[in-house]
Amino acid sequence: MAKPLLEVRDLQKHFAIGGSFFGRRRALVKAVDGISFTINAGETLGLVGESGCGKTTTSKLVLAAEAPTGGTIEFEGRAVAALRGAELQDYRRKVQVVFQDPYSSLSPRMRVGEIIGEPIKAHERLSSADVRARVAQLLELVGFRPDVARLFPHEFSGGQRQRLAIARALSTSARLVVLDEPVSALDVSIRAHIISLLEEIQQRLAVSYLFIAHDLAAVAHLSQRTAVMYLGKIVEVAESLELCAKPLHPYTKALFAASLPSHPDELREEIVLTGEVPSAVDPPRGCHFHPRCPFVMPRCAEHEPPLVELAAGHSVACHLY
Amino acid sequence: MAPLLDVRDLRTYYVGFGGTRVVKAVDGVSFSVDAGETFGLVGESGCGKTTTCHSIVRLLAPSARIVSGAIELEGEDLVPKSQAEMRRIRGRRIATILQDPMASLDPLFSIYDQVAEPAYYHQSLRGQALRQRVRQLLSAVRIPSPELRMKDYPHQMSGGMRQRIVGAISQAGGPRIIIADEPTTNLDVTIQLQYLNLLKDLQRATGVALIFVTHNLGIVAKMCDRVAVMYAGKIVEMQSVRGLFYRPRHPYTKALLDSIPKLGVKEPLCGIPGQPPDLSDLPTGCSFHPRCGRAMDRCRVEEPRQDDLDGAGTVRCWSPVEELAARG
Repeated sequence: MAKPLLEVRDLQKHFAIGGSFFGRRRALVKAVDGISFTINAGETLGLVGESGCGKTTTSKLVLAAEAPTGGTIEFEGRAVAALRGAELQDYRRKVQVVFQDPYSSLSPRMRVGEIIGEPIKAHERLSSADVRARVAQLLELVGFRPDVARLFPHEFSGGQRQRLAIARALSTSARLVVLDEPVSALDVSIRAHIISLLEEIQQRLAVSYLFIAHDLAAVAHLSQRTAVMYLGKIVEVAESLELCAKPLHPYTKALFAASLPSHPDELREEIVLTGEVPSAVDPPRGCHFHPRCPFVMPRCAEHEPPLVELAAGHSVACHLY
Repeated sequence: MAPLLDVRDLRTYYVGFGGTRVVKAVDGVSFSVDAGETFGLVGESGCGKTTTCHSIVRLLAPSARIVSGAIELEGEDLVPKSQAEMRRIRGRRIATILQDPMASLDPLFSIYDQVAEPAYYHQSLRGQALRQRVRQLLSAVRIPSPELRMKDYPHQMSGGMRQRIVGAISQAGGPRIIIADEPTTNLDVTIQLQYLNLLKDLQRATGVALIFVTHNLGIVAKMCDRVAVMYAGKIVEMQSVRGLFYRPRHPYTKALLDSIPKLGVKEPLCGIPGQPPDLSDLPTGCSFHPRCGRAMDRCRVEEPRQDDLDGAGTVRCWSPVEELAARG
């Protein structure tokens, strides 16, 4: 198989918190603590987890908005950390993002044409007529008439704004788009549209997505593979359908059990987790999940389980297997 | 038996710009809730579900008016009551749980003060009896070591715990009915499950009725006995939860059910075209007709009346859906 588009190896990001200007650091938040994954061209990788598990820090690292504490990110076979100047700019052109809240991610003072045209102007030397033509194409791609380019964002609803944000992310022919909770802020009847639009765009442009969300059903729907994060680590990764049919890690099982039924008579395995997600400042020893795990064994508190591939493409970090 | 809460033809309008702009947020809503029942009120943002609840407890914005209708609680109409009389009803007979626990809790008062307040005013408990009651309420919402935690302040607690405290406060006055307005939207999924199960347990223990306001049909499927679907200020369909999921009759309900991704199924999703209407500028006829696949000429001009579904519920549609829903 060809080399993956994005290859993340043992990625870490630690933040020092507390401590005064002169004093010593008091604590280290291991927001992302040694995760590895790959994304192939034209593929969607889903990343699920609860708040504070490190999903958003991961997206910032992939976007090169934060520098990792350790580990590497390789894009098209080149280490991102080593990119400088024009090469780094080219990386930023190829890796774009769509945020959760389309109200704060679009400038209220810019017209739609300027919002979508700005990245094109920043990255490519094109005449204004060519930029306008490209903007018109992008607007059509996300289902608008080209003449909306002269309107301001406040004239659009939440779902329409999210489509504008998608058009902006695609404006520089991105190869990878990070989707950070792109439908969570939208009404139910609008979400399905955005998800279908993202699928359609992927088929047409063969762009890759890193889809970050807490809604398991939406993630499993859009992504070919899904990774589950808990307190800075990936605890399980598998093909999405396989993960739904046969979740292995107790946390994944609990997430499925906690996701709401789509029907009143849908049977669910009842796994109710006790307690809450512990703080990443002082995560439990051994397996981070062991204080909440219904299947905990003595060695879980001592040794951290490695992520092991059990079947083709299905890896899990748990002492049960 | 008379229902616990009976809302009949409620109309609540927001009036702005000196009466020139009228937003009909709640426009002729009728439903009833029996003792111990869980009733769901579902709809998208701006459909009037929250205004309906605020009308019941009379916590409306200054620009809102209850134009007509009756809200009967145990046979007593709440609409003509003064705010002073409502203060003796809120907390004692009807309690509320809102979406954001940090907005419901006062950061300057300890957990003890806030949980004790309804019991102090509504049940006239004092001293040790009050303390005992707070301890019992906190253990009922599974706060570990309640004796210690009651001295804490809201900022010392996690989001899930704060929402459990709000749950304890809602129980403190011994209400007959709790209105929960999107109570788990800010919580993580595993915490959401804990909270929903907790509400079920509290309901089993006290026999309190619950009105669950949500945009999430999954919560309805898990929690509710009966459900009303709201669209543009009106209840467009009301049925038992099973009836609604097996045989949705209103095209909007069916479209909502079809637009939810189902776990482990990769069928294409069907969204609803267009977007929810502007309540100050509603379409003529049926408000849903511009987005409806079944719209006929009649739907564009004549507003559908509320039809009975052979005693199983009601629907407002000129051409209700006949086929059964695909099982998810």
